[in-house]
Amino acid sequence: MSVDHKMDSSRRQLLVATSAAGGVAAVATAVPFVASLTPSERAKAAGAPVEVDVGKLAPGEMMTVEWRGKPVWILRRTPEMLASLDKTAGLVSDPESEKPQQPEYAKNKFRSIKPEYLVTVGICTHLGCSPSEKFKAGAESGMGPDWVGGFLCPCHGSQFDLAGRVYKSMPAPDNLEVPPHKYLADTTIIVGEDGKA
Amino acid sequence: MTTKSQALLNWIDERFPLTSNWKAHLSEYYAPKNFNFWYFFGSLALLVLVIQIVTGIFLVMHYKPDASLNAAGVPVAFASVEYIMRDVPGGWLIRYMHSTGASAFFIVVYLHMFRGLLYGSYRKPRELIWIFGTLIFLVLMAEAFMGYLLPWGQMSFWGAQVIVNLFSAIPLVGPDLSLVIRGDYVVSDATLNRFFSFHVIAVPLVLIGLVVAHILALHEVGSNNPDGVEIKKKKDENGIPLDGIPFHPYYSVKDIVGVVGFLFFFSAVVFFAPEGGGYFLEFNNFIPADPLKTPPHIAPVWYFTPFYSILRAVTYPLFGLDAKFWGVVAMGASVVIIAFLPWLDRSPVKSIRYKGPIFKGAVAIFLVCFFILGYLGVLPPTAGRTLVSQICSVLYFAFFLLMPWYSKLDKCKPEPERVTFK
Repeated sequence: MSVDHKMDSSRRQLLVATSAAGGVAAVATAVPFVASLTPSERAKAAGAPVEVDVGKLAPGEMMTVEWRGKPVWILRRTPEMLASLDKTAGLVSDPESEKPQQPEYAKNKFRSIKPEYLVTVGICTHLGCSPSEKFKAGAESGMGPDWVGGFLCPCHGSQFDLAGRVYKSMPAPDNLEVPPHKYLADTTIIVGEDGKA
Repeated sequence: MTTKSQALLNWIDERFPLTSNWKAHLSEYYAPKNFNFWYFFGSLALLVLVIQIVTGIFLVMHYKPDASLNAAGVPVAFASVEYIMRDVPGGWLIRYMHSTGASAFFIVVYLHMFRGLLYGSYRKPRELIWIFGTLIFLVLMAEAFMGYLLPWGQMSFWGAQVIVNLFSAIPLVGPDLSLVIRGDYVVSDATLNRFFSFHVIAVPLVLIGLVVAHILALHEVGSNNPDGVEIKKKKDENGIPLDGIPFHPYYSVKDIVGVVGFLFFFSAVVFFAPEGGGYFLEFNNFIPADPLKTPPHIAPVWYFTPFYSILRAVTYPLFGLDAKFWGVVAMGASVVIIAFLPWLDRSPVKSIRYKGPIFKGAVAIFLVCFFILGYLGVLPPTAGRTLVSQICSVLYFAFFLLMPWYSKLDKCKPEPERVTFK
């Protein structure tokens, strides 16, 4: 049997070209599969703004509402609570709210529109647990005698003050997020809409 | 054998390599004759895999991956698990076998890995067996994690929330990556359904493939043994290792003893302590998932806690990147670094029996650190505990990263020519 060892280069080129084209098609097939993993149209459409009546909230009390599947806290701060923010200003990592964790109108010392009402997403910026209330000051809080009141994340121990500002050297890198919101009336807040976007 | 059955066997062998495979992997696979207690855990891992697959198949017949609330206001997924526990005949037993099996899997695999560490089973020529094994461990972690979401309890939900958010710590692609994993902006029904799909189909397929590769690689080079000497160096005139005995019937029978012993403990847990004191099934997971409230204390299941402690131990930002990112890197590295053992160990001997005091001391410190990290991982963090976990994390990595030096410095005893056997 005689074997012709000469390579038929035009056939080889055709082989390479068809393989390459087939390979491109095979890779392109991945597109719909990966796309199917991203949020669906229904998931994107969810998250309508939530209207909240905060009139019944007593000073020092907090309520939680659900917005886009996340807890949003509304805390009515007492004058003592507001005063505590001056004490924590030196202890928190971003006292001036430089990082974009809040809309422009909440970029102030209180991180809120009205100083009294703090509106914030109750999800730790570390790994997404919901921090617990530690509003009592001093040793009674179980947080040590110097504690002036704030939040403690149960998962990895990040601490936040009563404006949702994270203390220095905590696992959480950023302050709690302030969602877009606005006042419809004196004590009615709409979360998820600020008329800006 | 009768001529008829012999004829049938011949008929098959002419069409399918039945007899040759039986011989290659069982009746003429020669394993060292000095295997001890530690060599039970490979076959036991295979047994637990079978238990998980069989119980899993039956659980899927009744379980519903649905996060929507039923008429009673309970998530359908959570309610379907309660239904299995209360109304499906035998359901409670199948479910407890599956949940206990998850913990048993990790107990057996950790012991199996520790055996490899003791006797240098990762050393040349078994590097690929070890790498396949590390991959099995990684895939097993993914499998366990996704399975843990399915009951849709509080720990399911918040555990998934934390772990998926780990991925968002990766610079640039992180936030989009975690969005693709969740399929939603929060852990939701979309997440539950895809985790169900991965847990039941995709990951088990990968796991089985890796187990096959692990065993094929093992049978290519042959098993290590407690003395760490190669039995293939001394063969008889037929080319059979002098210190080897056929896997079947010798080790198949021995492994059955291991299986009986294992099932003794396994059944005791399934029937008398299925919750494992809150470690196998966490108490907070008997509360349906509530996206608005994290339980006051959350901890991963026990088998993840050493790595979770390493994650928590990193509290300093570095190179302008968050501590959170470096925590994730440290946790990932603590698992991946195991795969590099074959190249980190430069000792002239394989087995701990002939290694010197430095290596033995290093293994002891490593073991203590691993247990401390595991213990701290179930506790809420405090400043003191964080410091201890930081020290243990450093020692954990030092065990691996300094091994090229201390394993060389060590004063080893000479290896025997052939395996020792009483």
